Amino acid sequence: MRAVDLAMLLPIILPAFTATAVMLTLALRRSHGLAVGLTLAGLAASFASVLGVSVMAPHRVTSLIVVDGYALFFMGLILCATFVVALQARAYLNGRGDRPEEFYVFLLLAATGASTLVASSHFASFVLGLEALSISLYALIAYEREAPLRIEAGIKYLILAAFSAGFLLFGMALIYAEAGTMEFAEIASRLGVEGQMHFVPILLGLALVFVGLGFKLALVPFHLWAPDVYQGAPAPVSGFIATVSKGAVFALLLRYYSVLHLHAHGPVQLLLMLIAIASMFGGNLLALLQNNVKRLLAYSSIAHLGYLLVALLSSGRLAVAAAGYYLVAYFVTTLGAWGVVGALSGKDGDAESLDDYRGLAWRRPWLAGVFTAMLLSLIGIPVTAGFIGKFYVLAAGVTSSLWLLVVILVINSAIGLFYYLRVVVVLYGHARMNEPEGTGQSKQPLPAPSLSPAGGVALCGLTLALIWLGVFPGPLMHVIEAARMLVPAGR
Amino acid sequence: MMLLWLIIVPIAGGVLAALLGRRGDLWPRRVALLAATAQLVLAVALWGQCFSGADPAGNGIWRAELQWTWIPQFGISFHLAVDGLSVVLILLTSFIGIMAVASSWREIHERAGLFHLNLMLVLAGITGVFLAVDLFLFYFFWELMLVPMFFLIDIWGHEERHAAAVKFFIFTQLSSLFMLLAILGLYFVHGRNTGTYTFEYTALLGTPMGQAAAMWLMLGFFVAFLVKLGAVPLHMWLPDAHTEAPTAGSVILAGLLLKTGGYGMLRFVLPLFPQAAHSAAPIMMGIAVFGIIYGAVMAFSQTDLKRLVAYTSVSHMGFVLLGAFAWNALSTRGALVQMVAHGLSTGGLFMLVGALQERIHTRDVSRMGGLWSTAPRLAGVGLFLALASMAIPGMGNFIGEFLVLLGTWSVSIPAAAVAVLGMVASAIYSLWLVQVTFHGPNKEGWKVPDFSARESAVATALIVAIVWIGLYPKAVLGTAGPALDAMRETSVVAAAPGPLEAGFPLVPVQPESAASSATARGGRP
Repeated sequence: MRAVDLAMLLPIILPAFTATAVMLTLALRRSHGLAVGLTLAGLAASFASVLGVSVMAPHRVTSLIVVDGYALFFMGLILCATFVVALQARAYLNGRGDRPEEFYVFLLLAATGASTLVASSHFASFVLGLEALSISLYALIAYEREAPLRIEAGIKYLILAAFSAGFLLFGMALIYAEAGTMEFAEIASRLGVEGQMHFVPILLGLALVFVGLGFKLALVPFHLWAPDVYQGAPAPVSGFIATVSKGAVFALLLRYYSVLHLHAHGPVQLLLMLIAIASMFGGNLLALLQNNVKRLLAYSSIAHLGYLLVALLSSGRLAVAAAGYYLVAYFVTTLGAWGVVGALSGKDGDAESLDDYRGLAWRRPWLAGVFTAMLLSLIGIPVTAGFIGKFYVLAAGVTSSLWLLVVILVINSAIGLFYYLRVVVVLYGHARMNEPEGTGQSKQPLPAPSLSPAGGVALCGLTLALIWLGVFPGPLMHVIEAARMLVPAGR
Repeated sequence: MMLLWLIIVPIAGGVLAALLGRRGDLWPRRVALLAATAQLVLAVALWGQCFSGADPAGNGIWRAELQWTWIPQFGISFHLAVDGLSVVLILLTSFIGIMAVASSWREIHERAGLFHLNLMLVLAGITGVFLAVDLFLFYFFWELMLVPMFFLIDIWGHEERHAAAVKFFIFTQLSSLFMLLAILGLYFVHGRNTGTYTFEYTALLGTPMGQAAAMWLMLGFFVAFLVKLGAVPLHMWLPDAHTEAPTAGSVILAGLLLKTGGYGMLRFVLPLFPQAAHSAAPIMMGIAVFGIIYGAVMAFSQTDLKRLVAYTSVSHMGFVLLGAFAWNALSTRGALVQMVAHGLSTGGLFMLVGALQERIHTRDVSRMGGLWSTAPRLAGVGLFLALASMAIPGMGNFIGEFLVLLGTWSVSIPAAAVAVLGMVASAIYSLWLVQVTFHGPNKEGWKVPDFSARESAVATALIVAIVWIGLYPKAVLGTAGPALDAMRETSVVAAAPGPLEAGFPLVPVQPESAASSATARGGRP
């Protein structure tokens, strides 16, 4: 391994290094602020290394990792999201439990795993990245050991993730048995011969790999864990699972899909199309039944992954760009929404029930405004990033003439309106019947607000990003187009 | 730049109103009124600047425009432009904006700053809809006006406001998404067939495409505008939203939001897809005529005054749809005049109902009666607006409906014949409305204050505007006529000018129709 290889790996090495540094520092001095500071500095340095390395991309580091524009784009996204989650966690964990510091070690490790995942071009690095991400998540979900709900969620995630990893590995083994290699590009070239892909073991292998990925992405019918885990996990962690974990796996899926030229294969297309339709309908219809904001967001995230699959399935010029833009918009929106949930949560528990949000606009106008903006972005209203994202995905679908999927997406957006608007209506509803209006002195049994400067900064930044991306999408589109150019390098 | 100011002024006014909301209720009202007035002044200035002199030849179809690159990757630009059609509707927008602020002067006490922010944002969005000539930008504004309207209904509405607001949002949003699909489809069809990918309205005119594609794309646009117009199969949101909205919200809904649907038909559906629209016209006109009759019948059976007025809108907007799809010089002019006149008269009716509700705290017509003696000015205005609504000659509404019928006659006699019944029905419900509300015994012994000076001033302006359009429709037609004709010229299959057309005195004779009739008679061109 040469020096340049090491340099190219900096965006993966630096978070791992920071994790170690945080751990060692904690051995000497226990301080929440210090841990957060180190984490944020490490993440910022990693992000700087992404920018620095990008001039040398694309570059292959062994056969396991390819650092191209595509990988770097998603690494940057993951690092930014982790940065935001760390800020939110600082506010959330402050004063809860006695040892909040190690949280950041796991967070950094998870980011390392996710970064590995988006740069992997080999089954080995794929599994390594996925497991680094998953194992950190078990700990993050169950970090507050005293709360039974957290433990339950952690165990649930552990069992199902391990189970899905089994599917994944079995699928890989089947593909390896047939193709004789674990490199994506090699598999593609060996199976490129017409008719080869229709062998039963290959199809079965692909299907099993999709099952494994489907679990991670919480696509219907592999979504059963999602609402329970989202509800049980601390709010910043739920936001992290919904964005970084899903985003990294989706980026991998997109690479895998395009490197293996899977859009040319009918059965795989059909399978994914069915999953997309099921996810859109499943996520949205089940979200209608929820009275718990965390569960509602979980189901909404299932539906949004369904929308993303529409972008994946449209093979046109726009597909990758659309998926990239949608993911960015989804990251910003989801982190913002979970940030608000986290900011409203006090020591006694998270703000979950819709009743906790009733009349929020009159008690905490700014927070309610941010939440409204996030919900409008999830709906896809102009001036928010979600609108451009939805526009992009629809454009990609229309270019590929996926009319069925596109119309289903539109219908689902309308179904989604019901539950998003229900939350908005609650936010602007009257607080409580027996309470004097507008006194500002509400003495409700609500969780104490925990909006610290750090959380406030994160939310402000997210809202600004949301509006910026919704009004001036040009620059980001340019970045994505530039990154997309480099995808064939992996082929 | 002036076009941009038309949008910025209400937004800035709204933000300022929201900021001043802490200082009591009065400041937001003053600021909003100022902003709305400033917008009207700007609109009048624009009108005077661009449409007073002779038609500057060779200037394209836009009289003023503003274009900035926005998202070059997709060929999207921030492109605002006006022609005669838009300027008339911009004038209407700012006028109704003032009315809306004035009508909520004493109604809204809770969170007045936020209320006026939303009000002004709706106005800005509607202005943007009328100005945008880039289809992406158009959709942007189209969606943008939805959110503040939702909040107006949801926060400051009446009893069933939450359900009504959500219903309104879902109907319009779902239909707009189909329009977004159609816009994207048109964009890609145009790009594939010509090589240039653009959302530019003028470039997309005359896009070559197959018949089936044109029909589907046309339907995508059509459904969005049909919902906004409140045409019958898709009107379910309309009565609820109008009834539950606060007065200013109802005024804007009836006065402006419905008009964006009519504007969309005239501006987009027919010019962009002339063939498809022509072949579908009989069905569309059927929908329109059914709506006219259905709305009138439903209006007659209401007991809630606001709901009654809402259903009359369904009926009257049917004329706009009819005029748009009859698609000749007379009918399109009629549709536009009907939009303006209905905006004024129905906006006024909602204001009146709001004023009544503020005084007697009910909208139930069965509890009203005998109000003429206690509030003569209010009742007089009510009588006038009811007469306008039933379109008696001398009112702008008469010009609108008459021109639509005249234009429709040359296309489809049955449609015109049935639509006339709608006018008869409107006479019945309008007079009934006046009778049960203002005449008869004052059963509940109402003693209410009459119109205040503020209300009287607004009502006077309204009456003057309606009568002005009724007596001198050239004010509207002279401005918008050339623009409407220019749009019809792009449609290949426009109906041949009928014999009535050239002879109708209220419409300035068009050079091209004069020329064609001259050649038809065998004369020299």
